Amino acid sequence: MTAASVPAGRSLFRAAELIGDILSRPSGAIGLTLVALHLLIALAAPLIVPYDYKAISSLLMLKPPSTAHWLGTDHIGRDVLTRTLLGGREALLVTTIATPIAVLWGGFLGILFGLSGGWLDDMAMRLVDAVLSLPKILFVLTAAAVLGAEPIVLVPMLAFFYGVPVIRVARAATHDVVARDFVTASRARGHSRFDIIMREILPNVRDVLLVEGAMRWSWMLLTFSSLSFLGFGVSPPTPDWGLMIKDASPVMSFAWWAVLAPIAALSTLIVGINLSADALAKALGIDRAQKAPV
Amino acid sequence: MLRLIVRRLLLGLVTIGLVVVLIFVAVEALPGDACTAFLEREAQGQLLENCRKERGLDRPAVARFAGWLGGALLGDFGRTASGELSIAEIVGTRARNSLLLAGVATLMGIPLAIFLGVVTALRRDRWADVSISSLAILAMTVPEFVTATVLLLVFSAWLGWLPGVVLVSANAPLSALLPQIILPVITVTLVLTAHILRMVRSSVIEVMSSDYVQMARLKGVPYWQIVFRHVLPNALPPAINVVALTIAWLLGGLVVIEIVFNYPGLGRLMIEAITQRELAIVQTVALILALVYVGVNLMADVLTLVFNPRLRTMHGRER
Repeated sequence: MTAASVPAGRSLFRAAELIGDILSRPSGAIGLTLVALHLLIALAAPLIVPYDYKAISSLLMLKPPSTAHWLGTDHIGRDVLTRTLLGGREALLVTTIATPIAVLWGGFLGILFGLSGGWLDDMAMRLVDAVLSLPKILFVLTAAAVLGAEPIVLVPMLAFFYGVPVIRVARAATHDVVARDFVTASRARGHSRFDIIMREILPNVRDVLLVEGAMRWSWMLLTFSSLSFLGFGVSPPTPDWGLMIKDASPVMSFAWWAVLAPIAALSTLIVGINLSADALAKALGIDRAQKAPV
Repeated sequence: MLRLIVRRLLLGLVTIGLVVVLIFVAVEALPGDACTAFLEREAQGQLLENCRKERGLDRPAVARFAGWLGGALLGDFGRTASGELSIAEIVGTRARNSLLLAGVATLMGIPLAIFLGVVTALRRDRWADVSISSLAILAMTVPEFVTATVLLLVFSAWLGWLPGVVLVSANAPLSALLPQIILPVITVTLVLTAHILRMVRSSVIEVMSSDYVQMARLKGVPYWQIVFRHVLPNALPPAINVVALTIAWLLGGLVVIEIVFNYPGLGRLMIEAITQRELAIVQTVALILALVYVGVNLMADVLTLVFNPRLRTMHGRER
């Protein structure tokens, strides 16, 4: 009800307050630290990696961790630490671009349908249902298999298919808000429809979308790494956690380091995002417990 | 109530219809067709034209769609582009295998999830809750292939207790399949249980703090009677929809889990079909997945109506 119309200084203050609130919860503090660490590593990795990520060596195949190679080497003698540090960059790049796009278009349409109602809303919801009735990974997988797995293909694909469920969420959040007293009051005061959307509905739906965005981000990362794991994602010399797990799993009975390093990296990032999203939801007063895993 | 169920059923049919059209349009939009995929480099000139004519691909899209739909309604899904295998047969055996995996996991997972969900809710914030809930969150958030790989590493590679990768043909009898599926089933059950457990837990906690439970407590009703007579009948029905959504979500997760364990199910078939551009198989599998999703959700809606008389009077209220 408030933040949309206040000056930038105060909304900055509110953002700082929100982050403080998240950090004051144990799950939020751990989660946000993990996410920040991962982002930092992703940005700094090219400067700090000890070896060339594509340097192959037949003498160094599947060597256990040592002082020269802290996390050992993989099946063709590449340094696992180097590849693990670099392995999240492509995934983070693609999903960090696709997430805001998904939330924006999905949120926009969701608010629109939630307000308009009627046959347009009915038809749109049936279409949304139809898309949701198939596992999203199949759409993205098919697109990646046919069109290639470059970011230029994956970003719009992920943004589209992860934006569809956002329509549902934004629509439901709009429905929750329009019936509330402060909207009725705003109507009674004679505010225009546009004003009501901007000043009453958006600030309330925005909180829901913020949390939704965080969750979408982690789900996109899951899909991205699943794609590489299945062999439809990034192409081989590029370091990527999903691909590293795939390459290392046939030899994991004697070279556990090659598979555990990317697993640890991917898991800490995903768990970090989820913990942050939960803390964010609690800080904003949104009940996420009832949300289903769509 | 019957009217509401019929309404839901009709909406489900509309969704299925849209899915069928959607898949067809999506497949049409992709570059290439069964013939270019089958002929590969030789796909040009006369050879390509003959191939298309033979398989009826030279007809307009609408005619092909009508033909496919007509066949599909009669249970004839056509034949593969490369071999002359019946798609209905291939998909049938794979569907049986996936059903086995998902069915065993669901039968084990749902009772386990309800039990653990109630336990964690009643022991809220004690060590039992904290440890089980943390494990559940981990299983929910980490990708399925990571869970599967870790389980393989620990139980198959290190301990050697269980067979790892499934090594049976797709149409093996159930008796040959069952001993092989222990690890895949554990993986699916773990993820499924985690999702449902969280929902049951929060639902039970909500009901435990409701006014009527407080009232029962103040009246001195014995604890276990409160739990079984007042809390569970009210807390479990809201979880039904989440069970449905989790099962629907599982269809996607199943794809990945089947690949990890080399399990001959629908998910692996889908990936193989996508790689070989067997678009007719892709279409058929997608139709089955959509049918399962709509069917499971419809069942959940009906069950919710049965368990919650209050909803029956709320006409046409959408989720």
